[in-house]
Amino acid sequence: MPKLTINNMTVEAEEGTTILQAAKKININIPTLCYMQNFEPIGACRVCLVEVEGIRDPVASCSTPIKEGMKVYTNSKMAREARKLVVELLLSEHEGDCQLCDRNEDCELQSLAQEMGIKLIRYQGEKSRRILDESTPALVRDSAKCINCRRCVTVCNLIQGVGSIFPQGRGFKTYIGPAFNGTLDSVTCVQCGQCAAVCPVGAISERDQIDEVWKAIDNPNKFVVVQTAPAIRAALGECFDYEPGTLVTGKMVTALRKIGFDAVFDTNFTADLTIIEEGTELLTRLKKALVEKDKNVALPMLTSCSPGWINYAESFFPQILPNISTCKSPQQMFGAVAKTFYAEKIGRKPEDMVVVSVMPCTAKKYEAQRPEMNSSGYQDVDIVLTTRELGRMIRQAGLDFDQLEDGVMDSPLGQSSGAADIFGNTGGVMEAALRTVYEIVTGKDFPFPKLHVTPIAGLQGVKEASVKIESTVPDWDFLKGVELKVAVVHGLSNVKKLMEKIISGEATYHFIEVMCCPGGCIGGGGQPRLTDDKVRNARISALYREDEGKKLRKSHENPDIKKIYEEFLKKPLGEKSHELLHTHYHAQEKI
Amino acid sequence: MKEATCACNENVSEGELFERLDKFLLEYKDRPGGLIPILQYAQAIFGYLPEKVLKYVSTKLDKPYSEVAGVVSFYSFFSTHPRGKYLIRVCLGTACYVRGGKEILDAVKKDLKIDVGETTQDRLFSLEVGRCFGACGLAPVILVNENVHRRVKPSKVNEILGAYRGGTGDEQ
Ligand code: SF4
Ligand code: SF4
Ligand code: SF4
Ligand code: FES
Repeated sequence: MPKLTINNMTVEAEEGTTILQAAKKININIPTLCYMQNFEPIGACRVCLVEVEGIRDPVASCSTPIKEGMKVYTNSKMAREARKLVVELLLSEHEGDCQLCDRNEDCELQSLAQEMGIKLIRYQGEKSRRILDESTPALVRDSAKCINCRRCVTVCNLIQGVGSIFPQGRGFKTYIGPAFNGTLDSVTCVQCGQCAAVCPVGAISERDQIDEVWKAIDNPNKFVVVQTAPAIRAALGECFDYEPGTLVTGKMVTALRKIGFDAVFDTNFTADLTIIEEGTELLTRLKKALVEKDKNVALPMLTSCSPGWINYAESFFPQILPNISTCKSPQQMFGAVAKTFYAEKIGRKPEDMVVVSVMPCTAKKYEAQRPEMNSSGYQDVDIVLTTRELGRMIRQAGLDFDQLEDGVMDSPLGQSSGAADIFGNTGGVMEAALRTVYEIVTGKDFPFPKLHVTPIAGLQGVKEASVKIESTVPDWDFLKGVELKVAVVHGLSNVKKLMEKIISGEATYHFIEVMCCPGGCIGGGGQPRLTDDKVRNARISALYREDEGKKLRKSHENPDIKKIYEEFLKKPLGEKSHELLHTHYHAQEKI
Repeated sequence: MKEATCACNENVSEGELFERLDKFLLEYKDRPGGLIPILQYAQAIFGYLPEKVLKYVSTKLDKPYSEVAGVVSFYSFFSTHPRGKYLIRVCLGTACYVRGGKEILDAVKKDLKIDVGETTQDRLFSLEVGRCFGACGLAPVILVNENVHRRVKPSKVNEILGAYRGGTGDEQ
């Protein structure tokens, strides 16, 4: 193991370690922009320059491997000035209207400039042409803010395997974007927003819809309800400098109420509803396949709650669409139920209601405006905010988040089981489904310690588990002795590999949970930046804590779910469900 | 690489061109770095790289269209617009530049009434700039297809182009 000194401190690290990594071991921070965890450094930004004794020019620490006897100085005059110059040059080419930029105070370039004490930009660089891309419902791109760090290219091509954006042209005229500097809608983009989640500056952001929400709240004729996805409560705190993984459910509810929503509800409620519908759909498919020997039943069944995944499947794997559960996502089930069942209850017309959702996800903005999503006769979900937007909105409302007392969700669309909480993380939907399906089929308690199916938890890309059904209640006796095989996958490039195996017949399962974003919704494209694996794990354990802290931890035990079937839906997969809670998919051209 | 047939054979139908491209694709598809020779071949047979061809290549190689476009826009020898029968490249490398390459470029632009990257309406000429063709001793230089014209003066531009218009350009 090579031994070297960094700022005169000795450090030993494995062959192949970079200076940046070695420095981190002894708690020396070196600024970076283009560097990304888990990926080969590309050395594009030069913000990480350090001095190495005996080498004339400063070197990029992210991509320079350590050597025996190396003497590195991260803080010498040479190193500091070199880095400062790099940042000054970036600023000189940058359209720096910070006051008007949605990344103001959450911008890596801005904080680097501040940290380095840059007071004056000594050069007047040529600014690149502004291409403002507002072509999609989810994202806005502004090339004048782009610093060509290429993090988005890495994420879109390597993590998601979609490849909507790539460097176009060369030299100073390089633009990071879709083919021939076109707009995002000219190529296939699943709207996942993972690019926006890694962009260090304001070059890719969610389409900001905060003003639309204020407008609805300000309109006395509108009854405005809000739903919050499971993953929000584990991340919203980060917008207010709480540690990742701090649960802020109660404060979030109070904040929403103070902002002025007429009712504060939970997407968790419809997550429970999804489990009932999806679980029943799975059992129905299994029955058709195993008892009626119907060859046309598509198995494995794939989950449908992730709109980024749906977009991906429609373009990349149209042949797998029949396998995807027809259940709408919990967001859309909520919208449909709110504008029918709930509207009736409070004596309002659906057109006088505005349904707002807070989602960890930019693809949800796209999903809400799909033409199929209007079962109430109107667009079921009107406005979708990301976690980041809610954070900004709470500030706009002048609320001191820290001082808010805990509130509870309203009834009847606010109560949920612990199973719904874990919808927000990879493995959670599957675990929630198994808790319910197992008990329906066997009539026995779910046999896993603390109800957790550990093989499908965690950040590994593809996970699998199986559950043997030893005995059943009479209705489901055809499942006696069956080993239910399930898989869980997240991150679209992992999804691609698994789908190829399913299609070729190399892998067989009964049921697969698919989530578009790495880590699931807790790592969604609308979550507070920056999400790395440490943050993902912290948010996941927060959701498991939320689940374990609840008295009811299985969707079918939620009394309000029982009630909505009694009063309104009648039965799972029934006529009303079919009308309001289920949908269909369309193959799309892949570009 | 296989010899590419040139685009001037106007009797060949588009379908046949795609068939030729398919054969080439079959051979180069799985080679690392195969994209560039495939694009070169496609440009040679189609004359340029229309969107339809690029999307076709992207589908066949299972590569995102944005990546294919990124490669095409990185190299100046690829063109996404139809090119004229004669491609004029004016050298703006250092030697040519100091010896008046810029003036030559202006004279060509004025003569053809087109800008860099464009093609004349009669599809006879396209204009590009180059970065040194290795004839610095004889700067300034322009290249018309494969023909090198040395020590060009702005006043001679019209005469040189005139020969191509009259069909005797290649004999110059
Ligand atoms: S991206 Fe950052 S530096 Fe640029 S304008 Fe926005 S806040 Fe300012
Ligand atoms: S939203 Fe997702 S698919 Fe679209 S460009 Fe960004 S990372 Fe790629
Ligand atoms: S859009 Fe953002 S992430 Fe992508 S290259 Fe530009 S600055 Fe980097
Ligand atoms: S972080 Fe090292 S070059 Fe960008």
